[in-house]
This record gives sequence, C-alpha cells and structure tokens, in this order.
Amino acid sequence: MSAARALPLAALLLVAAGALAGGDGALTADGAWIRVLPGDLPAAGYVTLRNAGDTEMALTGARSSAYRRIMLHRSAGAGGMSGMVPVARLPVPAHGTARLAPGGYHLMLMDPVHPIAPGRKVTLTLVFDGGRETLNVEFRARPANAVGP
Amino acid sequence: MVTEMQPIRRTRPRGRARWLILPTLVALLCACARGTAPSWRLTDVRGHLPDLRFHLTDGDGHAVNGRTYRGRLAMLYFGYTHCPDVCPLTLSHLHQVMEKLGPLADDVRILFVSVDPARDTPAVMRQYAAAFDPRVVGLTGSESEIAAVAKRYRVAYTRGPTLAGGGYEVNHSSGIYIFDARGRARLLGTPADSDDDIVHDLRTLVEMEQRS
Repeated sequence: MSAARALPLAALLLVAAGALAGGDGALTADGAWIRVLPGDLPAAGYVTLRNAGDTEMALTGARSSAYRRIMLHRSAGAGGMSGMVPVARLPVPAHGTARLAPGGYHLMLMDPVHPIAPGRKVTLTLVFDGGRETLNVEFRARPANAVGP
Repeated sequence: MVTEMQPIRRTRPRGRARWLILPTLVALLCACARGTAPSWRLTDVRGHLPDLRFHLTDGDGHAVNGRTYRGRLAMLYFGYTHCPDVCPLTLSHLHQVMEKLGPLADDVRILFVSVDPARDTPAVMRQYAAAFDPRVVGLTGSESEIAAVAKRYRVAYTRGPTLAGGGYEVNHSSGIYIFDARGRARLLGTPADSDDDIVHDLRTLVEMEQRS
C-alpha cells in the first residue's frame, strides 16, 4: 500500500477510534479515595464517575501498579446479612453519574505491592467497556476509620 | 409523651446544670408513674436475647469472657478483617459514635468478634481494631468458640467460594448488639442506623445506669 493511499485510511481509523471512545474526555471522576486497612488486608476504592457523552459507558474493571488484583464488587445486605457480589459492569449513563461508595459498589483492591500509607495518592486505571476506554484516576489513601474522601 | 431529656454528665451539678435537675426528675417521675418506656431509636431487645457471655481471645492473646467487659456498655459486632467495605464502614460509624459521645465513650467498648478465625489471629485483630478506635476490642477464638457465641446471638456466617489468589469472603449477620454494664442485652442496631440514633440510645442507657 502506498503512503498516499494509507494516510486517508489511517485518518479514517483515528476518527473511528475517537467515536468508539464515546467522545473524548466524556468520562470524568471525582472524590476518589481508598480506605486503607492495616497490613496487606484488601482495601476498597470509591469514586464518583460522570459521563458527559451521549453514549452509556460501563465500568468493567481497573488496574494499578500498586495492587496485584482489583475486582469490582457490590456490597449487598438482605435479611440482616451482609456480603459482597462480584459485578461485571457498572453502567455510567449518558449525561449521568455512577457512584462507588461505602456500603455499595466498590473496587476491592487486593495484594498491595507495597504498604500504602494514608495520605498517599494512588493511581488506578479505570477500564470501561472491556478496554474500549480507560481513565487514569488519582485516589487519595485515607485511614481505616475515614467516612469519606 | 415525655419530651427528650437533656443528658447531664456532671456527677456534681454546678451552675446551670442544677436547674435542669428538677425538670428532669419531674419528667422521670411522670415517665415512671405512667410506666412509659424510654424512647429508644434502636430495637429494644431486653428480655429477648441472652446476657453477654462468651469465651474468646483478645488482641494480646489473653483469654477473655463476657464478665471481662462488665462495668461498661458493650456493642457487639461480628465481622472479619478481609471484609473491605461493610465491616470497615460499620466500624468507622461506630468510631464516629464514640467521638460524638465524648467523655461518655469511656463507658463503652466495641467488641468486634471475628467470624473468620482461620485468618484473624489475635495479632491481626489487635492491629485492625486499633486502626478504627482505641475502644474497639478485637476478639477471635477457635472455630467452636466463635460458633458458640454466634449461635448464642443467632448470628449466621457462611464462607464463600475460594477466589483467584486463594482468598475468600464470609457473609455474616450485620447486627450491632448493645449490652448494659451488667451484661444484659438491651438494644439491637444495624449498620443502617444513623450515628445520632446510636448515640442517643447509648446516652440514654448510660444515664439510666447512673440513676440506678
């Protein structure tokens, strides 16, 4: 393929990728924090996600160099019992928000590579629609008995 | 309907506090005369649940039992340290409750009993409890000791399937059992109860104890 023919194709692909990403910068995050527990106990990450775009996006996972494994979970209480269920996707509606908050949806952060001290910032890469879009978010590490960011 | 009474903390009333005593006494007498129960915001379980009794191990590895914590109010809550969301949320709320109680919190202990004794050693429990509040006591024990105290308070717990990485979760009852200083079960709360409602009932209970 000559360069003259490849260039428009590359341009077309770029435009298509932009459209697939649900609009550049459509997703934003705020109030991101982690409740740090002693030792290497699993921690929970909380954040509010906003989608300014016209297309629903769903949080499907997260990764970080600070934790070896991260799972999306929801705490569920029924009949006075409390437990957690894994969540495959958390939709962030078009022009809407989704909240990961104590007692509900949260990122379960397991096996920290290094101990994380309260006050530190930890970057998590949030993955949407199985990798169609990602968002790097700085989470603030808070002490175990914190009630919010 | 008896109006809510203002808590009086000082044992030797001074100044304005003295003026509160007469109306308080009148309100109390009226309440007694009419047999009005205190206006609890949590569930009154007096006479429906057994006294505080167990044989467990504290964070220092010492054998303890229900009598160890007599003389103070006790809030009994079951959970486990590998629980990243609900247990820390509940213990954080109880920490807020203790902060709001102020000096009265000295008369209260939070007994956090593990339903995951395989992972929750006394040392782990001590470190975990201390991360929330100095008045949280982390208690663990043998499988049978945990089963005995859980059965006593009708607390269910089940171990979930093993996850990738070898971990597992434990579903458990989320009640908060409140005992008076004589170890009698008095109130039952849940993690959904507000800090203020728990504070209100603990204050009421402490005041009742101080009068009796």
